[in-house]
Parts: sequence; C-alpha cells; structure tokens
Amino acid sequence: MSKPVIATTSLAGCFGCHMSILDIDEKILDLIELVEFNKSPIDDIKHFTKQCDIGLIEGGCCNSENIHVLREFREHCKILVSVGECAIMGGLPAFRNGIPVKECLREAYLLSPSVQANHEYIIPNDEDIPMILDKVYPCHEIVKIDYFLPGCPPRAELIWEALVALIKNRPMDLPYEVIKFD
Amino acid sequence: MNQKIIIEPVTRVEGHGKVTIHLDEEGNVARTRLHIVEFRGFERFVQGRPYWEMPVLVQRLCGICPVSHHLAAAKALDVIVGAGTGDGLTPTGEKMRRLMHYGQIFQSHTLHFFHLASPDLLFGIDADPAIRNIIGVALKHKDLAVQGVMMRKFGQEIIKATAGKKIHGTGAIPGGINKHLSPEERDMFLHGPDPLNIDKMIEWSVAAVDFFKSYHKKNKDLIDNFSVFPSNHLSLVRKDGALDLYHGVLRAVDANGKKILNDVDYQDYLKYIDEEVRSWSYMKFPYLKHLGKENGWYTVGPLARLNTCDFIPTPLAQKEFEEFKAYTNGKPNNMSMHMHWARLIEVLHAAEMMKELLNDPDLLEGELVVKGKKQYEGIGLIEAPRGTLFHHYRINENDQVVMANLIVSTTNNNQPMNNAVNVVAKKMMTGKKEITEGMKNAVEVAIRAYDPCLSCATHALGKMPLALYLYDKDENLIDEFISQ
Ligand code: SF4
Repeated sequence: MSKPVIATTSLAGCFGCHMSILDIDEKILDLIELVEFNKSPIDDIKHFTKQCDIGLIEGGCCNSENIHVLREFREHCKILVSVGECAIMGGLPAFRNGIPVKECLREAYLLSPSVQANHEYIIPNDEDIPMILDKVYPCHEIVKIDYFLPGCPPRAELIWEALVALIKNRPMDLPYEVIKFD
Repeated sequence: MNQKIIIEPVTRVEGHGKVTIHLDEEGNVARTRLHIVEFRGFERFVQGRPYWEMPVLVQRLCGICPVSHHLAAAKALDVIVGAGTGDGLTPTGEKMRRLMHYGQIFQSHTLHFFHLASPDLLFGIDADPAIRNIIGVALKHKDLAVQGVMMRKFGQEIIKATAGKKIHGTGAIPGGINKHLSPEERDMFLHGPDPLNIDKMIEWSVAAVDFFKSYHKKNKDLIDNFSVFPSNHLSLVRKDGALDLYHGVLRAVDANGKKILNDVDYQDYLKYIDEEVRSWSYMKFPYLKHLGKENGWYTVGPLARLNTCDFIPTPLAQKEFEEFKAYTNGKPNNMSMHMHWARLIEVLHAAEMMKELLNDPDLLEGELVVKGKKQYEGIGLIEAPRGTLFHHYRINENDQVVMANLIVSTTNNNQPMNNAVNVVAKKMMTGKKEITEGMKNAVEVAIRAYDPCLSCATHALGKMPLALYLYDKDENLIDEFISQ
C-alpha cells in the first residue's frame, strides 16, 4: 500500500502551527516513515503533483492569493484540516476586521514615525503584489473544512494524535486539556 | 527581446515573497526585485488594546522566533512601567529573560542550519529538489538529522521552562518575568540523560562549527564567491563592545570597518533610522538617515553581529570568532554565505551562555518584577536570531496603545537580500536563454543565507517551492518553470 500523502500550507498565519508540528521532535522521523509529503508548507504554485490524502491549513485568508491557494488545497486534498486559531477564526490578523484596510495601510506607510522621508506618500501598490482583502476570513467561510484543531498553536501532541488517527483511520483520543484555546 | 522572469519562493516574516527578474535586449539582467507580498496591518489594529497585551499579541506575527517579539515588546514596556531601559530589572528578571532568549537563538539557528542549510550543503545547490530537503537528510544522514532535532528540542524545552510554553509563551511581563526556574528543571538541563543536557549541546555545537569549517575548506569557491557585495552592518553590542544578543547600544560599521553609528542609545533610534517605502513591496527599506537612502542601508543578523562586535564573552565561541575574524584580516566580512559560519559560532555562544545562566542561583529565587514611574512611550530592541528587532509603543492615560511601530529583522535585511538576488541573478543568468533548476535554486540559496523566516519554515518540512515565469517585452507569458 502506498503511503498517505500530506500537504500543508501557511496562509495568513505566523508559522507557529508549522513549528508546533516540528515540536513532535523525534517523532518527526517516524512521521517521515509513515507519510509522504507533497506540497509543503506553502504553495502558491499552480499545480499539485498528485491528489493528497490530508491537507493541513495554517492561517486564515487575508489576500487574494490566500483564497487561491486554499481553493487549490480543497481541490487536491481528500481531507482538509484547519490547524490553529488563525485558520479556524482568523486569529490575530483578524483584529483588523472592522478597520478599513486603507487605515491600516496609511498607518504603516504614511503615519509611522520611521517613514519621515516618504514625501511622495507612497503606499505599496503594484501588479507584482496581491490584493489585500477587506477583512481576514476563516478558512471554512471560503471552502468546506473537515476537521478543526484548536490552539494557538495546537499542541504538538494534539497534532500528532490527530494525524495518526487520520492516517490509521481510527477515532481520535483527545483528552479535554488538549482541546483548548489559550 | 525584453524578458521578465518571476521567481516565487516563499519567504517568511511578512509572509510570502517572490522575485522578478527583468532581462534587457541582450539577455543581460537589467533589474531584479524581491517582493514581499503580505501585509498584516498590525500597527493599526493594536491601537486601543491595553499595553500589557503586547508581548503575547505581537509574537503571533511570527511563530518561528516568537520569543524575540515577546522580549522586544516586554523591553519596550519595561520603559513604560518605569523599570528602566534594559538594565533596570531584577537579576532574576533579566537572567530568566536571557535564558529564554539564548534558548530561542539556539533553537532557531539549529533549525536553520540542520533543516534548511544542510540540505544544500550535503546534496549540492543543483541537486534534485526531491532529495534536497530535510527529509532527504533524515534518510541519508540520520545522525545529523537526529542531532538537529534534539538540539532544537533542547532550545524549545528551555523556552518552555522560562516562558511557560514552547510557542507563544507568556513568561516576560512588563518590568520582569512571571516565574522562577525550578531546581528540577535546572538539574534536567544541566545533567539530564544524553543527549538532552547542556554539555552534550556544547559538544554538538562545536561539532557543527567544525562541520562547516571542513565543508568550507572543500568548497571555497561557493562559500567565498557565491554572493559578495559591500554592505554596512548594524547590531546591538554590549557597552564594552562584546557580542550581546539581549541588550546593549546600537553600533554600525561600513564595509571597511569604519564606525558609522557609534554605540548610541536605541531609545533615540528615530534620530538615526528611517524607512523608505517602495510601491512594489509591502516590506519597507530601512536606512541610516545620515547616509541617505542610497548608501545608508545595512545588513543585520549573525554576520553583521560578528562584524560589529569586538569580542565574544564566552571562551569557546571567542576562539572560533578569532579564526573567523582572521579569515578577513579583521575587516568586516561581506560574503553572504559566511552568514552560516557566523550563525554556527552564535549557536556555540548561545550554548555556553545557557550553561553559565543555568548555574546561576538567581534563576531559582529573587524578586521577579520591578515597577517605577509610568512613562507614555517606550522602545525595546533585541538581537533576534535574524537580526536587530525594533519595537516602539506609545500609550495614553487609559493604558491603551495609541501608536505601535515595528522594524523587524527581515525588514532590516530587505536591501541586502535584494542585492544578493541581484548579484546572483547577474552571475547565473546573464546571456542564458534557459532557466535551469540550478540557477533557480541559486537565487533561493542567496535569499536563504539571510534566513528570512518563511524560507526556514518552508524547508523545515520539505521543499521551498519556486516558480519562474518568462515574459517577453510585452509582458506575455512565454515560458513557465515550476519546481515541485
Ligand atoms: S494559530 Fe497561533 S500559532 Fe497558528 S498561525 Fe495563528 S497565530 Fe500562529
């Protein structure tokens, strides 16, 4: 039997969730034996090399490219998992929801105390950089998500348990303490 | 024919990045750009939040070195709660934070070296990307992979013991720290079963430096000539000129070693540093004001730190430092690939520092927090693994943040990374009709030397995807090259 294929991506996340995957430490070597990695962790490339069994999503959607990547993942992954608070609810980046994007840009590029020489009032805007969305969207508002792993980041043990359960197709044994936000 | 090549790697900190390369009629590289394509809006959305939330909030910008943001914010808030500008904390407060920080440097640098840099070194820059990753390392060089995993684990455990949690901890609070180290924790770190004890970590750190040095001997051309350009260098240094990653004064030297910023107080950073905004990147371009936008840009990070400091205050790292300095006759080192060497010397220094701190009784008892007269503005600086990190906050009478300004390490390296891309693209692509896997990875390798957070994480789990697009002079897509 061929190994299950896993893809992961970071959208508007901080990479903490990916780091938490690494925090399974020695078990990462077992994981490498157990599964095959496809696109990981981030892919804005247009083509997956194959259909994947499990897609892990870190981060919500804050720009047009995030939406594109998320849809790609839905298309190519049998099971899609929102990993961490950002994917589930938008997380810290969603603090900007409710504030017009323009105000955020103005603050960073025009009002910051260390842009005193921006006399031309430049705000980044170029065909080579993607559009920022009006707000940060949790993943399940864009595509169907099958599972949610809470935490910021979810603990390494939780990620490990969940992965093994999905790979081996058995129920997850998740004690109450690990299913929590902080 | 005018051509435009786009490389889309994924570089961290502000999110994704991509590279565009424009060729002129003769096929020579006319212009290169590293675009950072993500924007968070942090400066605006923290306004109105209570100031004490900052150390736990801001670290969620970057989960790769959250401790750096955690501590830079805490240091800025020390000023706000009247606890002084870095040396006003209790011995316990300062030493616990230092231990947390050196744990962070240790884990982040080892992650970079073992998970990210070693695949290029072990398999070669133009090796098949299918094996040129940490999984390839784990399969072919299991011992090395295990070392990398265990060293990172040790650093993460130190962070957990000081910050409460491996990622996004809560240990540092305005004016100090919220816990002591327990004697059990200390004993584990000092004398735990192999390999998870500090002596083994020091031994492995020495071995890592040696690994690089012997690699260097065999691959002089790559390491010495791959990406070289004159740069200014900036970092914190201790008041006496020693390497200090937690606190100090700001120093900058030019490409020849002349001091261009002479040990100034970072509370005045706005006097010396400004940022340029360019329309094609969400990441700003910092520069030293008195030298201007053209000439004032600088490099930060391990290489810059070893270029600015006078010595390293731990014996084993100092020995390596002397050898490192001798290689360029004491002059600043402007070879991008030597960043790896500098980084490993810092790994060794961090291990030695952790040992010194773990043996310090102040960690186990003593006052945790100091408070003084409240201020309305505070600036915190720290040497994050990737370089100098600036946090600046203003608050109002209700303790709400009214202004936040961050200059993160990778932003400080914006211009140098752009230059490295330019130098390598010119060298590899001039007059070439076709883009090969090797050329494409060469551009990545140049960016990767600076360890922008994203690339580090990207490689950690396998591959750094990269897409190149060739455009004709009318910007029509004529060729597409995508790595898997
Ligand atoms: S959930 Fe937390 S750790 Fe994960 S990406 Fe978001 S902020 Fe980072």
